[in-house]
Amino acid sequence: MESIERPLAPPNPDAAPYWDGLREGRLMLQSCVSCGTVRHYPRPLCAECHSFEVEWLPSCCMGRVHSWTVIHHAFHPAFEDELPYCLVTVDLAEGVRVNVPLRDAGPHELGIGHRVHIVFERESAALTLPACVLVLRNEDPVV
Amino acid sequence: MSLYARGAITGVGETEYSRASGRSVLRLTLEASLAAIADAGLAPGDIDGVIPYGNFQVVAEDLITNLGLSDLRFSAVTPLGGASCVAAVQCAAAAIAAGVCNHVLVPVARNGASGGRIGMRVNEMPQFRVVGEFEAPVGAAAPAQLYAPMARRHMELYGTTSRDFAEIAVTTRRHAILNGRAIMSTPLSVEDHQSSRLIADPFRLYDCSLESDGAAAIVVSSAERARDLRQPRVVVLGVGEGHPESPSAITQRRDLTRLGTAVAARCAFGMAGVTPEDIDVAEIYDCFTYIVLCQLEDLGFCEKGEGGAFVRDGALGLGGRLPTNTHGGLLSQAHMVGMNHVVELVRQLRGEAGAAQVVGAELGLVTGYGDMGDGTVAIFGRA
Ligand SMILES: [Zn+2]
Repeated sequence: MESIERPLAPPNPDAAPYWDGLREGRLMLQSCVSCGTVRHYPRPLCAECHSFEVEWLPSCCMGRVHSWTVIHHAFHPAFEDELPYCLVTVDLAEGVRVNVPLRDAGPHELGIGHRVHIVFERESAALTLPACVLVLRNEDPVV
Repeated sequence: MSLYARGAITGVGETEYSRASGRSVLRLTLEASLAAIADAGLAPGDIDGVIPYGNFQVVAEDLITNLGLSDLRFSAVTPLGGASCVAAVQCAAAAIAAGVCNHVLVPVARNGASGGRIGMRVNEMPQFRVVGEFEAPVGAAAPAQLYAPMARRHMELYGTTSRDFAEIAVTTRRHAILNGRAIMSTPLSVEDHQSSRLIADPFRLYDCSLESDGAAAIVVSSAERARDLRQPRVVVLGVGEGHPESPSAITQRRDLTRLGTAVAARCAFGMAGVTPEDIDVAEIYDCFTYIVLCQLEDLGFCEKGEGGAFVRDGALGLGGRLPTNTHGGLLSQAHMVGMNHVVELVRQLRGEAGAAQVVGAELGLVTGYGDMGDGTVAIFGRA
């Protein structure tokens, strides 16, 4: 049976480097050339200094759990087969957040501040999406 | 110039609430509008301002054409999702205070159950373009899915529990049964709530509002002219609108546990010159149980983090510290985008709330909440 397509927005030139980066296994974030403020989700203007000038930098992909939910009801048919799935709101080291699915762990293992890192999942030639995995304490490089 | 006591709610009207109205959204709008206009003791031709609901299913032209409004001087929309209705009260009061018009009709109607459900429409709406682009592809798009991390964060930080949410759902259901015009008419227990299926953890089925058909409408008039109208005067003493930072993407909001309501509340209470302790009855936008709890904090009825403790022990019930959602709210009466909350507060202050009447209610508060975090607050007084 043909699988149902995920809901995708029409291409947005302001965010093209973000989607291109995902396909290359990188989480690209916007950094203001004028004042250095990192912003996400991608948008044209720096709200701090109102500069349009931006450079795209790859995230280090390390972060911590800010919050989470476990989805038990798919409001879109594309996600029926994934139920239940856990979405984690992640504080990235760069100071912005992402909302991504948790892999290789259950929600009972989550707590605010737990370390995660971002991984990349190829959906098709055109689409790669971010997810996250828990960083176990014994692998934690900082401790 | 302040909007203090410049506007009054002079008429209220509702259709029946159901899951299958069998009528068009326009027809429902007109039924509730005629009821509100008649309730005010006005004729349709007296209406010189309109604020249709901001989803553009019904527009000013429809109201002019069908109601025969021959001298419409003001039309606007306040597209703040569930915060729209109270925002419209502010908008109407401002237009009236500026002398633009005298009687503003504000109707809301929807076939939210029978005509295309509301849950997954988010990524079609321009204010949620960001969510549609960056979060819907990983499976976060419906309000339940996007609000759940706010509730989880509150639970982890402050010890709030699902049983606290149950308290809100159960009390609201009790009020719906007293109201008698509600879609949900059978009692709900804490156990029913706790055993209901998970939608987006921590939200269970009974943490989520209904999707309903029906309509509700109000007429906002100048407080001066309201003296000569049919009903006891219900005056707008304070009103405010607040937008959180990162208004579309909750994920990027610095404090997940605070809504635009906190900003709106400062404005409304300041304008009215009253404090939360003065409020006799509250109608608080309840798209989800947690959103009620969070607003109670943002409104100043308790400190941030104390919402769970506040709602325990029947505080929101009749005879409690703050009788809340005395009509059954969006959770148990109907999802009329909060216009049913405005209607109910007016009825409470007129002493027309029937079995759910808060005895001696003179000062009340109503909120709207929507579009991922916008908050609106109005304080009405009997005068
Ligand atoms: Zn900047």
